[in-house]
Amino acid sequence: MNNVLGIIIQRLLLGLVTLLIVSVVIFVAVNLLPGDFAQLILGQGATEESVNSIRRDLGLDQPLFVRYFDWLGGMITGDLGTSFAQLNFTTGLGGVNNVTVLDQILPRLSNTMFLAGVTAMIAVPIAVTLGVLAALYRNTVFDRAANIATLSSISSPEFFMAYVLILILAVINPLLPSLSNIYDGMPFGERLEKTMLPALTLTLVVTAHMMRMTRASIINLLASPYIEMARLKGISPMRVIVRHALPNALAPIINVIALNLAYLITGVVVVEVVFVYPGIGQLFVDSVKIRDIPVVQACCLIFAAAYILLNLTADIMSILSNPRLRHPK
Amino acid sequence: MIWFIFALIVMAGLAWCLRYAGQLASGNAPMFRDMSFGVAFGYVLGIVILVWLAWAYTQALSDDPAVANKFFFLKAAIEWFIIFAIAAFAFKMFGQYVGTDGSRKLFRSMPLTASFGLLTILVYIIVAIFAGVIAPYGQDEILQGVAANVVAGGDPALGGDPNYPLGTDQIGRDILSRLIYGAQNTVGIAFVTTLLAFFLGGTFGFLAAVLGGWLDQVLSRMVDVLMAIPSLIFALLLMTIASVWANQWGIPLTYFMIVIIAVIDSTRVYRLARAVGQNIVVMDYIEAAKLRGEGLVYLMFKEILPNATAPLLAEFGLRFCFVFLTIAALSFLGVGIQPPLADWGTMVRDLAGFINYAQFAPSAAVTPLLAAGAIALLTVAVNFVVDWMLHKSSGLKE
Repeated sequence: MNNVLGIIIQRLLLGLVTLLIVSVVIFVAVNLLPGDFAQLILGQGATEESVNSIRRDLGLDQPLFVRYFDWLGGMITGDLGTSFAQLNFTTGLGGVNNVTVLDQILPRLSNTMFLAGVTAMIAVPIAVTLGVLAALYRNTVFDRAANIATLSSISSPEFFMAYVLILILAVINPLLPSLSNIYDGMPFGERLEKTMLPALTLTLVVTAHMMRMTRASIINLLASPYIEMARLKGISPMRVIVRHALPNALAPIINVIALNLAYLITGVVVVEVVFVYPGIGQLFVDSVKIRDIPVVQACCLIFAAAYILLNLTADIMSILSNPRLRHPK
Repeated sequence: MIWFIFALIVMAGLAWCLRYAGQLASGNAPMFRDMSFGVAFGYVLGIVILVWLAWAYTQALSDDPAVANKFFFLKAAIEWFIIFAIAAFAFKMFGQYVGTDGSRKLFRSMPLTASFGLLTILVYIIVAIFAGVIAPYGQDEILQGVAANVVAGGDPALGGDPNYPLGTDQIGRDILSRLIYGAQNTVGIAFVTTLLAFFLGGTFGFLAAVLGGWLDQVLSRMVDVLMAIPSLIFALLLMTIASVWANQWGIPLTYFMIVIIAVIDSTRVYRLARAVGQNIVVMDYIEAAKLRGEGLVYLMFKEILPNATAPLLAEFGLRFCFVFLTIAALSFLGVGIQPPLADWGTMVRDLAGFINYAQFAPSAAVTPLLAAGAIALLTVAVNFVVDWMLHKSSGLKE
């Protein structure tokens, strides 16, 4: 057990180091901007005096590495700075009424989590069931059709899927709302209904991938001798797969699920824009367009952190589910 | 919901009947005797879906526009599916009888999906190269004296003009021409980006494989860090910064986009090139070449590259899809290929609002879907071909 614990701690530390380096990359990339934030806010016609004043307020007169540690310290303590778009210049520069980045991000982050959660709840059972069925009936018409369908849905852009779903489920057959304008304190049922269409879009994209992986990992196992043995005992093919192959294929499947949730993070950006879903992806794209640097920076770090965390989870899961590592000789 | 459950129960009953009837009629032939209930259910489900599709197709031909509109897109989908299938089949037949021995053999063993993919890619290449000749109008030509009308079909009753079969967009540009030029711009830019990504990733990957040591370590760790950031997010972040630079220097943002996406994607190519290169570097012929005193460039491009083409080619297809989708997504979000260049992602974003009118005039929703569908069709086609190539080279039979 010690062995496994050691490996896991090592992985966690490695993940932390990666995150730290990624934060450096993001910070440096943003600071490659010509001029600085102060000039960017005020535009080219600004006087030297006002630029300097804003610089002082935002701490931009400090050297680069001091600012980095300020920013990093802020990130850890939850102070993500002030959004440029929401800067309130009337109450003195950088005054008291400013909306912080945290105020903007937190509600949206929970919305995105909700969307990802709903998607996972729909996608994972469907993907595993279909994957098992495709492995069971491999090389039949069903398997071929499933192969073509999943390959098509993996390779289509998210917005194509999104608009096709809008067309079918919202416009031609008005079953679901095509705009996901959810707000705080919305009743759960209504919220779920409004989230359904974006969740279904993401489901289509993610399910295909998970299903192919499930199918591949089960088929991979079907060649092993103990499956042959089970077959020779005369067990039904369904039972062979569900009782004998699936438990051993669980490790790669869990791995794939975690990786796909990580994939959801990028998919979420486009889908949220299509459905005007007030999540963090929408905020990110809006901030990119108006060059609201602190928000872009913070969103980017959050996305990267979630991505690294999910990849790490996949990694640790596969270590934990490997019996050779769990029970060393 | 109740109807759905009811239908499931009826189908389950039908499945049982089908199997029983089959057993009786065929004198307990092995096919029906050993058929599990799941398989029987699958057959019934398939038949029910086919019958429903046929019924929906007849509905789409009805005179009542409210009913016909509802099934307009299903009808189009069925028709296009059949047309594509026939075209793919014809192309496969053509390949089987024309060409050299090798290509004929290749076409014989090819599944229909792969021949469909090849045909589609060919059509895209031709359209992209000859866009200027095929397109009836220029991509940024604002037609004067034409009423803006996005309703496809050129039906004068709906305000269309037969001269513009797909209509004109909000500021009076011919949508068909823009779709055709989109092939040149979107596909062309994606292709150039992928080439650049392969050049960068391949060179550094082989370099790391041949030299090893600290260079390998440094490059690999750098790639690890870059890969830890989701690529679309990183691209968006860098595009924000690039847009400021582009303004200041007066260089079109598109050039920045090509470099940014190429660098981000070259990390994935680097991984593959290094892994493949490392397997090749330990071979005897590399040792022999080294003893002959060949230089580094010769080793990389004359010894390693020819032996790494198969995996790199498959990766090129997949990478192209990723790059293409990333560019489409960026353009869709408004930070990718910039106007006046015609581009499919931007077209989808601009025209997407018209989907909401599909209930009343289905042809209004055609144009945004055509642009999005053009993207989907190409990536699906490339994926079909790559899937077949991988399947063939891995020799997987099950």
